[in-house]
Amino acid sequence: MFDYIILIPLFSLIGFLLNGFLGKRLGKSFVSWVGPGSVGLSFTLALKLFLDLLALPADQRVIESITFPWIISGDLQVNIAFLLDPLSAVMMLIVCGVGFLIHVYSIGYMHDDPGYARYFSYLNLFEFSMLVLVLANNFLLMFLGWEGVGLCSYLLIGFWFEKKSAADAGKKAFIVNRIGDFGFLLGMILIFITFGSLNYLEVFETAPVLLDVGSGLAVAITLLLFTGAVGKSAQIPLYVWLPDAMEGPTPVSALIHAATMVTAGVYMVARCHVLYLLAPFSLSVVAVIGAITAFYSASIGLVQNDIKRVLAYSTISQLGYMFLACGVGAFAAGIFHLMTHAFFKALLFLGAGAVIHALAGEQDLRKMGGLKNHLPVTFVTFLIATLAISGVPLFSGFFSKDEILWKSFSQGNPFLWLIGIITAGLTAFYMFRLFFLTFYGQPRFDSHRTHPHEAPKSMTIPLIILALLSALGGYIGLPESLAGKNVFEKFLAPVFEAGTHLESAVHTYSHSTEYSLMLMSIAVAFIGIITAFRFYLKNPVAAEKIKTKFATTYRLLLNKYYMDELYDRIFVKPFLNLALYFWQFIDVQIVDGLANGSADFVAWCSKVFRKVQTGYIRNYALSLALGVVIILTYILTR
Amino acid sequence: MPITIPPIDFRVIMPEIVITLFACLVMLLEPFLPDRRKWILPHLSSLGVFVAAYFCLPLWNSNLLLWQGQALGDNLAVIFKIIFLLGTLLTILISYLKSGHHWGGEYYSLILFSTLGMMIMASSSDLIVIFLGLEVMSIALYVLAGFNRSDLKSNESAMKYFLMGAFSTGFLLYGIALIYGTTGSTNLNILVNNPHLTEPLFITGLGLILVGLAFKVATVPFHMWVPDVYEGAPTPITAFMAAGPKAAGFAALLRVFLIGLTPLAPMWITILWILAVLTMTLGNVLAIAQMNIKRMLAYSSIAHAGYILISVVAGGDDGLSSSVFYLLVYSLMTIGSFAVIIALGEKGEKNEELPDYRGLGLKYPLLGVCMTIFMVSLSGIPPTAGFVGKFYIFSAAVKNGQLELAIIGVLNSLISVYYYLRVVVIMFMQEAPSPSVVPHSSWSVQLALWLTAMATLGLGIFPDILFKITQQSWLFTLR
Repeated sequence: MFDYIILIPLFSLIGFLLNGFLGKRLGKSFVSWVGPGSVGLSFTLALKLFLDLLALPADQRVIESITFPWIISGDLQVNIAFLLDPLSAVMMLIVCGVGFLIHVYSIGYMHDDPGYARYFSYLNLFEFSMLVLVLANNFLLMFLGWEGVGLCSYLLIGFWFEKKSAADAGKKAFIVNRIGDFGFLLGMILIFITFGSLNYLEVFETAPVLLDVGSGLAVAITLLLFTGAVGKSAQIPLYVWLPDAMEGPTPVSALIHAATMVTAGVYMVARCHVLYLLAPFSLSVVAVIGAITAFYSASIGLVQNDIKRVLAYSTISQLGYMFLACGVGAFAAGIFHLMTHAFFKALLFLGAGAVIHALAGEQDLRKMGGLKNHLPVTFVTFLIATLAISGVPLFSGFFSKDEILWKSFSQGNPFLWLIGIITAGLTAFYMFRLFFLTFYGQPRFDSHRTHPHEAPKSMTIPLIILALLSALGGYIGLPESLAGKNVFEKFLAPVFEAGTHLESAVHTYSHSTEYSLMLMSIAVAFIGIITAFRFYLKNPVAAEKIKTKFATTYRLLLNKYYMDELYDRIFVKPFLNLALYFWQFIDVQIVDGLANGSADFVAWCSKVFRKVQTGYIRNYALSLALGVVIILTYILTR
Repeated sequence: MPITIPPIDFRVIMPEIVITLFACLVMLLEPFLPDRRKWILPHLSSLGVFVAAYFCLPLWNSNLLLWQGQALGDNLAVIFKIIFLLGTLLTILISYLKSGHHWGGEYYSLILFSTLGMMIMASSSDLIVIFLGLEVMSIALYVLAGFNRSDLKSNESAMKYFLMGAFSTGFLLYGIALIYGTTGSTNLNILVNNPHLTEPLFITGLGLILVGLAFKVATVPFHMWVPDVYEGAPTPITAFMAAGPKAAGFAALLRVFLIGLTPLAPMWITILWILAVLTMTLGNVLAIAQMNIKRMLAYSSIAHAGYILISVVAGGDDGLSSSVFYLLVYSLMTIGSFAVIIALGEKGEKNEELPDYRGLGLKYPLLGVCMTIFMVSLSGIPPTAGFVGKFYIFSAAVKNGQLELAIIGVLNSLISVYYYLRVVVIMFMQEAPSPSVVPHSSWSVQLALWLTAMATLGLGIFPDILFKITQQSWLFTLR
């Protein structure tokens, strides 16, 4: 059965080909069946394989399925082959499951778009690439998927390419990602040089033998790989593309820029945990970058007015949490949060999409409000997602986020924990700010022109399913301190235990410490919610007051710390000038000059020499005779 | 006293006999054919070519010879005969005009006689026989060059060719006489073991033979007749001259210098080195200034003689096989490009100036693509046969310690790209003038175009088959 793994990505590839080549000709209903249908098939098969995997004993849950050799050149041997273990199984289910729901949602959301077939073909291609990324059994195949999702991200951000901002955003995403990808590529080459293989299992088996803990090689490899993760998962300093990526259709933001693609970096770090555990320095880099990013982007999210941008900064912030978890060695916690985040963030984006849909394209929070009664389903589901991300107990986000905070306290550093818990408060605040501004208060949109209406069934059903998952998804990871068994961590344990013996001695803390920390994070969440309630619902004047009182800070946050301007000044402008210099001086003057100059010289010679060709036969004979004389003279005097 | 005729193995000279018979037949039949039956002549000539080729094949690896090597049946002779016959066949194909006008008179028989001369040249180790072959070939060509009797340029072409040819033949014959005078023999196998090899008289003779053959393959400074003759001669004959006689000249050059007089290599190798450099450079540089496409191809043919000289200088079995390979490839691509000129040049106006080719690539894509293939191949860009050929020549040079020559050759190919690709640029990137040239091509010209284009591409992609064959030209090669 496991030999059929290849079918999971293949279904989507077929969907892409059908939609891409025939979609426009065969019409919308064809596309609506093929697009979500192919992902649905993938999901069904993925579920079946997952159950098969569960049926196996825990220590045998590593299945490699080699389909055929791909590149064989000297020492380099790469197969088109897949690896199914608990980690890739979880990722596979998220990618197929959430992907399927978002495909269904897109039927309603994109219904009137002229590029309907193009949209679904891109989305299928993305699904294919992402599945290759998570299911690959070697770095090169993963890189193929990695580049594939990057391409699809570019295509889908710039889906409405006739809009300049969308085309620019696509370009920005692509270029920024290239920087990270370059690091990933170098890391991969270094892996091949070091281990002579790109196969995960071979590399991870030989790594502890070949490399010492803390060796420079291990640090170099892991930091290079992490560069790739920083680009793809939008961490400092390569996060700038993700907020702009909101130019794409909202379901795309939900699928690619929230639930799946941006988590590829986290997956990659978790996948390479053996290497990272050999490089404690890299791990601390991962943790610190994650923590700083979490706080930094949450602070920007506090004041943004575009509903999707708030969510985008929130995504960056939550990804920071996941890296924090990986950085302190709690890979399972990171993946757990990845999963719950996929549920509630996809739900938030899809809910935002429903709101935008209802308001005919309006994305500005200041022009919303009072939508509670107009959009009952969206309202309830959005509330659940907001509660989940804010870390309110009993919802999924609480368990996963708390797990991370607990691990960063117990295995890492109280300082990291402090950043984490402050960020949690900020998260609760900005999420409820968004929630209140959208659904409560007086309608601030033009109620004569706009008549908000609930979205069609194809959109609301995915919302409901995701709401259920957001509410209940956390219980599979219920910690032992709360009488749970943490099934999730146990399931992933065989993957991550390979490296556990390398972990430094873990401080042991009693349950009481855990409880008090848990209470603190609950308190922080509620403080955030109540503040948002006071500022944006009860006493909106207070918010304005604070705005004027801390005008400088406010402007700094609203303008995203002027980071885009800074990057423009430091990187983009000098680079463009350099390129102009290379073009106008080096290329045009020197290179072209040399080329044209030598061409002109030859042409000049040609003109001069042709004068010898007089057409008079006596001259020809003379030349012949001269040739004879010279040859004979040479030959005889030699 | 009874005269005993020594047993003669006719197999060795069977191809020559066949060509002679067909040439006579075509010549004798012509006056008796009414105009509407004249089409029989090219068909008959082609048949002759095929029959001759058929008799060539059993000689492969047979290692036969006649009259102490005056007629050889070795692999080198066979492969050159095949090259000549191929060139002749293609020439016959591109001579067949759509307008119904046939080349009358002795046209086809002269082509066959010329081919006969080449075949004799390529398969003898006796200087006198080589000279005989060369004269049979040349005299027929002098007539053919002036075959457009009413065209002044054609007359000029024939006249110049004849005068210069006679002049150079004088040197060749004088050289042979001097050698005979010193050694008492004209047979390469005998004279190479002679004790007088370092005598000035012998060396002078050697130099003069070199001049005579260098004239035939058109190396600088014995090249000046080429542009005028190529431009004036009827285009099919130009194609024929570019392919066959050049290959024949090289066959003799290889036979005499590379195989026969290898021990004397230090004497002639520097001269050939200098000739190669001069020929390539001057040919390529002067080609740039040409606006007439036939003149341009004439200079290109000079330049190609230079490339092939590299392989003669390189020597050894690599040099030999790479020059044979290149001569075959060169015949294909040069006849192909002349076929394009013919397709465009029929019907009175000749359309031989480069501006006449503006926009033709877009208007007649197949013709344009064929011309592009030939131009790309002539400039030595993959995936064409021209690239493979140059690659073999240069690698033979590098292998045998002639690195400088290979570098000069590569630089020259670079220069040549300029004027070859200019044709492509003109065909595809410039607006067609109105009224533009309309191609009239008969089925046989098209057939020749397809054959040469396919072969040029095919040998570029799968060169192994031919290269294996040319490598065997060294095996069983007789002195």
